Amino acid sequence: MPDLLLELFSEEIPARMQKKAAGDLRSAVTNALVDAGLTYEGATEYWTPRRLVLDVRGLTPRSADISEEKKGPRTDAPQQAIDGFLRGAGLSSIEDAQIKSDPKKGDFYIALIEKLGRDAGEIISEVMPGIIRNFPWPKSMRWGVASTDAGSLKWVRPLQSILCLFGPETEEAEVIPFEVGGVQSGDTTRGHRFMAPDELTVKHFDDYAAKLEKAFVMLDAERRKETIKTEAENLAFAQGLELVDDPGLLDEVSGLVEWPTVLMGEFEKDFLDIPAEVIRLTIKDNQKCFVLREASPARGAEEATGADAPPPRSGGEATRVSANNLLTNMFLLVSNIVASDSGKEVVRGNAKVVNARLADAKFFWESDLQQVTSKEGFDPWIEKLDHVTFHAKLGTQGERVKRFDARVVDLIPFLNGADAERSRRAAFLAKADLNSAMVYEFPEVQGQMGGTYAEKINEDVSIALAIEEHYKPQGPSDDVPSDPVSVAVALADKLDTLVGFWAIDEKPTGSKDPYALRRAVLGVIRLVLENNTRIPLLPILNSGLQLFRNQRGQEFGLDNMEDLLSFFHDRLKVYLRDKGIRHDLIDAVITPESDDLLMITRKAEALQKLIDSEDGTNLLAGYKRAANILAAEEKKGTAIAAMVSHELLESDSELELDKALNQIVDNAAQAVEKEEYSSAMSELAKLREPVDSFFENVLVNVEDEKVRANRLALLSRIRAATETVADFSKISG
Amino acid sequence: MNPATTVNSDAKPASMLPTNSFQGLILTLHEYWASKGCVVLQPYDMEVGAGTFHPATTLRALGPKPWKAAYVQPSRRPTDGRYGENPMRLQHYYQYQVLMKPSPPNLQELYLGSLAAIGIDPLLHDIRFVEDDWESPTLGAWGLGWEVWCDGMEVSQFTYFQQVCGFECSPVAGELTYGLERLAMYVQDVDNVYDLNFNGVEGDGKVTYGDVFQQTEREYSRWNFDVADTDTLLQHFKDAEAECQRILAQDEIDPKTGKTIVMAHPAYDQCIKASHVFNLLDARGVISVTDRQRYIGLVRDLAKACGEAFLKTEAGGV
Repeated sequence: MPDLLLELFSEEIPARMQKKAAGDLRSAVTNALVDAGLTYEGATEYWTPRRLVLDVRGLTPRSADISEEKKGPRTDAPQQAIDGFLRGAGLSSIEDAQIKSDPKKGDFYIALIEKLGRDAGEIISEVMPGIIRNFPWPKSMRWGVASTDAGSLKWVRPLQSILCLFGPETEEAEVIPFEVGGVQSGDTTRGHRFMAPDELTVKHFDDYAAKLEKAFVMLDAERRKETIKTEAENLAFAQGLELVDDPGLLDEVSGLVEWPTVLMGEFEKDFLDIPAEVIRLTIKDNQKCFVLREASPARGAEEATGADAPPPRSGGEATRVSANNLLTNMFLLVSNIVASDSGKEVVRGNAKVVNARLADAKFFWESDLQQVTSKEGFDPWIEKLDHVTFHAKLGTQGERVKRFDARVVDLIPFLNGADAERSRRAAFLAKADLNSAMVYEFPEVQGQMGGTYAEKINEDVSIALAIEEHYKPQGPSDDVPSDPVSVAVALADKLDTLVGFWAIDEKPTGSKDPYALRRAVLGVIRLVLENNTRIPLLPILNSGLQLFRNQRGQEFGLDNMEDLLSFFHDRLKVYLRDKGIRHDLIDAVITPESDDLLMITRKAEALQKLIDSEDGTNLLAGYKRAANILAAEEKKGTAIAAMVSHELLESDSELELDKALNQIVDNAAQAVEKEEYSSAMSELAKLREPVDSFFENVLVNVEDEKVRANRLALLSRIRAATETVADFSKISG
Repeated sequence: MNPATTVNSDAKPASMLPTNSFQGLILTLHEYWASKGCVVLQPYDMEVGAGTFHPATTLRALGPKPWKAAYVQPSRRPTDGRYGENPMRLQHYYQYQVLMKPSPPNLQELYLGSLAAIGIDPLLHDIRFVEDDWESPTLGAWGLGWEVWCDGMEVSQFTYFQQVCGFECSPVAGELTYGLERLAMYVQDVDNVYDLNFNGVEGDGKVTYGDVFQQTEREYSRWNFDVADTDTLLQHFKDAEAECQRILAQDEIDPKTGKTIVMAHPAYDQCIKASHVFNLLDARGVISVTDRQRYIGLVRDLAKACGEAFLKTEAGGV
């Protein structure tokens, strides 16, 4: 079976678009080929900064012949209908149609349409121009003389050449000819822009890949990435250093080069005064270079995510850790050439720019420090928050910070050990750094800079930490603050955001969540659960809405907090399901009013433990049996006694069940009262034996109506007993 | 090792080599782009934020007529002032600007040829085209292209104009902008802009970039950030806006000569003025976030009106 090789060669494609574009090319081409009746064994896409490549293997050389029958009108149909049929079927006269007789419908025309199979080459040359013209680039452009035509070809950057070969694997393939936007397909490409710019003639994929390799083009992005990573780690290791991993940067850099060469440079040691994260971001964002830290045996195999060590997780004193001592003044750059001087000039040039960038960062850092250490301190930044819009309908950051204060005051009683004074101070300062020069330049370091500056002016360490941490947790794997002051501010920030957006009806829908509200809800859930905090969410949400109304008028926003609470329920289910707690068990313990996330979770965990035990499984089976019988009898209108009458209990099993119920229901209810869900569940588990024995030895539907009604009442009590801890009807299995 | 060694120096005095003097760099680019058929123009005689504002780019990028131009443009960025103390940042600097309409198919090669002409060997230096889509909200203009890196330093902007003054470019023009000081620092191998050799003379007659500009950087930094009178500037903005609109509101037929004279360029001058005054106000810190958008919108409206007027002129293709 022959193969198809396609290369679209253009001026430099943005790194972030290459991978998706190559995938889009694969699906567009293979879909078009399949639609045209061809089949293929496999298709692989490749990409570099200058090319999108598709290698389709085992393509059928010709599509199959197809014959189909097209039904027409009755032979006595009006001429108009017959003409329409002829046009539709592509027949020139009614003589070409056949007549078919049907006992019910009478005689009618049919057309036999024979579609001959077509050569794959013909199909390819026919579909390609359309695929290229309609390519889904996020942004595309016109260029050159042709751009005066409204219909001129648009591409991400000027398209320079197209290579399109089709043929058997081993022999020379033939060019599939087509033209799009003035570019004619052929069998040539070019190598590396500088190291091998000449035209190459290609026979088939293996030949193509081999020739490119010789022409300093690594076609496979994964290989470029591995090359960069391995070279980087080796260079670092040789200096006793460690690469600060950055998969996103690695992806991007692999899309900026066709022939990666990793080189090591250094910047001036003095710049290590700047916070490590700022150094990393400066070097990464502006220069696409990697930073290095001292290799530390203690780190071992631990996967570090940034230049900073994570803050310590302890219940004790709040501390902030500066990790600058780990960062070194060495960095790694990825060059696209094997330079004739082994890269000396490239390294020197890059170091110069890194130094200049860091000089700029240092300027911002020092001017911020000058501000916060002045008599005014944070004040000018805080005043300016009144001019920073948070959202057109929700007002300014200044207004938010004012709400934070009341919000923190509301939360403090529920947060064990949160000092009111400090929490309010931290909330007051939390957003100040949005007006610092550093955060203006590097939005990613918001919070962190505020914390650093607060520390510089000797704010309490828990306040500095809270400013730094209050955006956390940013995602499912981010650390959760544990210092009570941090928890207070982090909750205030997220709850305020959620209440505001719910009030203006800007809820996440489907895949759209522009304000990251799902993340905020998850953040609240994790803050509450991981810190064992109990907060009556609904009153807190409602008072949050009132805070908006106090500022923006009583008409502000929708009364939507029950809806927000049920959104919390949904996210909690997702969160707990990931922790291995069954969805139906969470449903069994949630009611629309449940607003204590910690208790919901405790209950669900205890229930899961019960259901996972043998006692629990059998008890559930017993419950189901009881509930089914009751449902059936209730439907029939059978009499069920309101209370169990002791005198009517006949067998030992009945007596035992009755006794167990009396005891267990009380104990379970008491345990629930004390919020000791595990012991409530253990109590309930004790019902298993008597319930089993009851169903084994006792017949419910006996003749005697009184006895039957009494036995049904016993069953009702089983059902009621389970209801003290959960709604067993929602549990599946 | 100085990259200068690769430059072909026949017949030129050493002081005029791009690697030896700032002016030598400019002269070399002039020669190169002149040899590619560009008209070599002089800087526009008004304060602008970038070479793009020169009418030879903004207005000439519009309409169907072919156009190739190259020029140096002093560019003012009041907020970038560092009192002459930052080795790379200036509130006044030079851009070298090339515009080719329609964009030739080998524009990247032409550009790389210009780098070779000033002594940058792409087998010794890592030249990269890194995505950078250009947009000027004040000019109602956008295009796709790259920033060009040389060893990690951005030395040029390379843009295929798609829209200018709110009008589709037809045909598309290719625009190249070189940051001359950075490029000169590179080829002269100095770390501080003020150490650049301006005239290429060594010894007593040597004039550095610092000799020419360090004092003015200090003076303008102080004026831009703290002294410029904001009330006056606000008035200047209003005046420029009003004058621009007044010019464009005139009858197209000049009553004195009886000829059609659309005054696109005088009107555009007022648009440039408004834009620069806005930048000064920004540096003075008196423009709030919401106001910022409003001012940008006002200048954009002027630019669009000027572009529309230009398309009614002969150079605009009528």
